Amino acid sequence: MALALTIVALVALTAIAWRFLGAYMVAVYQTRVHFLGFVERPIYRLIGTSPDREQTWKRYATSLLVFSGVFLLVDYLIFRIQGSLPLNPQHLGAVPPALSWNTAVSFVTNTNWQNYAGETTMSYFSQMGALMVQQFVSAAVGIAVAIALVRGFARKGSTTIGNFWVDTVRGCLYVLFPIAFVFGIVFVGQGAVQTLAGPAHVKDVLNGVTQVIALGPVGFMEAIKQLGTNGGGFFNANGAHPFENPTGLTNLLSMVLILCIPVALTYVFGKMVGALRQGVAVLAAMTLIFGAWTAFTAYAEHQGNPAVAAAGITHQPTGNMEGKEVRFGDTQSALYDVTSTQTSTGSVDGSNDSYTPIGGFGLLTGMMLGEVSPGGVGSGLYTILLFAIIAVFIGGLMIGRTPEYLGKKIQAREVKLAGFGILVMPITVLVLAGIAVSIHAGRAGALNGGPHGFSEILYAFTSQANNNGSAFAGLTGNHAFYNVTGGIAMLMGRFAIIVPTLALAGALAAKNLVPVSAGTFRTDNTMFVGLLIGAILIVGGLTFFPAVALGPIVEQLSRGKFFGLALPHLAGLVHWRLLLP
Amino acid sequence: MLTYVRRSLLLALVLIALLGFAYGFAGTGVAQAFFSYQANGSIGRNGSAIIGQNWNGYSTTKILDPQWFHGRPDPDNPLVANGKPGGSGPANLGPRSRVLLADVKALVKAWHAVGVQPTEDLVTTSGSGLDPDITPQDALAQIPMVARATGISPARLRALVSKETQGPQLGFLGSSIVNVLQLNEALAKLR
Repeated sequence: MALALTIVALVALTAIAWRFLGAYMVAVYQTRVHFLGFVERPIYRLIGTSPDREQTWKRYATSLLVFSGVFLLVDYLIFRIQGSLPLNPQHLGAVPPALSWNTAVSFVTNTNWQNYAGETTMSYFSQMGALMVQQFVSAAVGIAVAIALVRGFARKGSTTIGNFWVDTVRGCLYVLFPIAFVFGIVFVGQGAVQTLAGPAHVKDVLNGVTQVIALGPVGFMEAIKQLGTNGGGFFNANGAHPFENPTGLTNLLSMVLILCIPVALTYVFGKMVGALRQGVAVLAAMTLIFGAWTAFTAYAEHQGNPAVAAAGITHQPTGNMEGKEVRFGDTQSALYDVTSTQTSTGSVDGSNDSYTPIGGFGLLTGMMLGEVSPGGVGSGLYTILLFAIIAVFIGGLMIGRTPEYLGKKIQAREVKLAGFGILVMPITVLVLAGIAVSIHAGRAGALNGGPHGFSEILYAFTSQANNNGSAFAGLTGNHAFYNVTGGIAMLMGRFAIIVPTLALAGALAAKNLVPVSAGTFRTDNTMFVGLLIGAILIVGGLTFFPAVALGPIVEQLSRGKFFGLALPHLAGLVHWRLLLP
Repeated sequence: MLTYVRRSLLLALVLIALLGFAYGFAGTGVAQAFFSYQANGSIGRNGSAIIGQNWNGYSTTKILDPQWFHGRPDPDNPLVANGKPGGSGPANLGPRSRVLLADVKALVKAWHAVGVQPTEDLVTTSGSGLDPDITPQDALAQIPMVARATGISPARLRALVSKETQGPQLGFLGSSIVNVLQLNEALAKLR
């Protein structure tokens, strides 16, 4: 019941965002909003550009790649010299090179995969000046790419697709900054911490226990972490930590923040191509996938934990609570983690690694579908539009006509670019996971043994190549092997999809419109929604079924069996619980 | 190409100043001005944090201090206090892990030794390792233990638990919870 009401609230708030944030974003990207002009104009003057200087797709892509590369180096530098920078009350030293590389890539690509424990590795300077900044910037870059692609559909006979610098700056200033600031205040009001002072030392008068409590500028980072579908938390425990996600209300608002921009972008899409129904069709496909995955994941988690049942507690009315927080409960935790893995967020409010086999399957496969339901900020829309092109192509083959989408003829070049963009992710995941399980350095990272250890490795590459950032966190990622291969996966999953997407935008913008006729294949009806979902499920299913069968599916089928740790002698060093008699 | 690099570097520096520090400092200012209690860690009058601190007394093999209500088990050693903040986080053991099974069995045994029939929350670790809450059922399950150790009647303890129970926010967000620290503070007043 509580879950049903939470879903109703989530749907209602997201619907409001779809309508109003969507309309506002259309105005922002058509440069009709100017209230922050006094900040915006000096920036353009400084970097020497202006909104009326439009770029071809090649210049747009070059700007994006150089900007991301330069920012990656700046962030790397900040991590390396954080010991000499201010805002470091804990006197944390430099972050090691491989970890700095992995982390800089992770935040520039909107992944926020975290091989470090935030509160014991990163100074406040690094958290604010590098990590939090990227949570704005990488999100704005993602939205810019989606907008550029939508312009490609909306324009005809045009050589340009917008100005990268202007799109990025406007996304940061007009969309992300104000919303994040307002919700930052709400998060702090609910109990998230926000201070520049160092950790607190507390001594409890009741039981005499002293503890050191990590604090920091958390609440406002939390708002942008969710809004930009970034997911990288201040603390190691991420959204499970009471200082990041203090209450049931912040848990709901986190989900609303995660979903609002990806969902609103379908409104932007519909409006900018001049037919809102086109955006609604895409949104319907997203919603149906999201709903199905939420249903079976939440159901699986409510069935309880097999190990707890085997230990004698067979009646588990609160569900699988291993790795979950009492204030959220089993199903609302599952809703949050599904939201986070169906977008490119990857924040967690519990331990994904301790989900039931089918619950974990839900989280893993949510990412494997390419994160299109509704996906990350920008990346969700541009990825599902790649699938839409494949869907109209298949539809066209079936009825024997040259496929069209939104009045644009879809020809060999467009289908090739879309196919390439879609296949980059599965190839990256399967090749890297295959290498990892074949060599010792890869296998040594897993904590859990048996099929679950394989799931940890598969999940890691799926998450990074989808720029998600959540983990089956038993995996020890902070080793040279995972730092380097993970960095490659994140770069591929981001830029090897963005470049063909922008090329596609350029190709589409140059085309003229084909007039609608009786023979036009409609892309705003139920038939098309079904075809689109079918394309997404078939591509995801065919590429990943064998791998998933070896992980969560085997685990589910091995009833009554329990598995030891992957490498007990190593894990024993970090796990006191192995000292149990 | 040089133009791209110069532009990128300039924009990066501007955005770091604006989105990292202006946003972060302004946010901290607002937070400290209006919500200074929450922003500094919700630290109560007796020096404990209502949230963000774990409140339990488990050793690896037994329940310590049966005179208090206990929160959920900590995946790390519960008494980390060597001057550095301990990292937060879950145990990350899979649902079919033999280690998880052994842990849960040990915890069940430890609870049985103090006369408690544990609920699932009391034998599993949380997502943060710092879960400040338990469900009302988790608190009620511990009443036989607390009653025996303190001499307070089970009926009074039940009344205490129901008084300290907070329903879900707005009636549906999250679960019914009892904050373990607040429950123990109320218990201390009863004694």
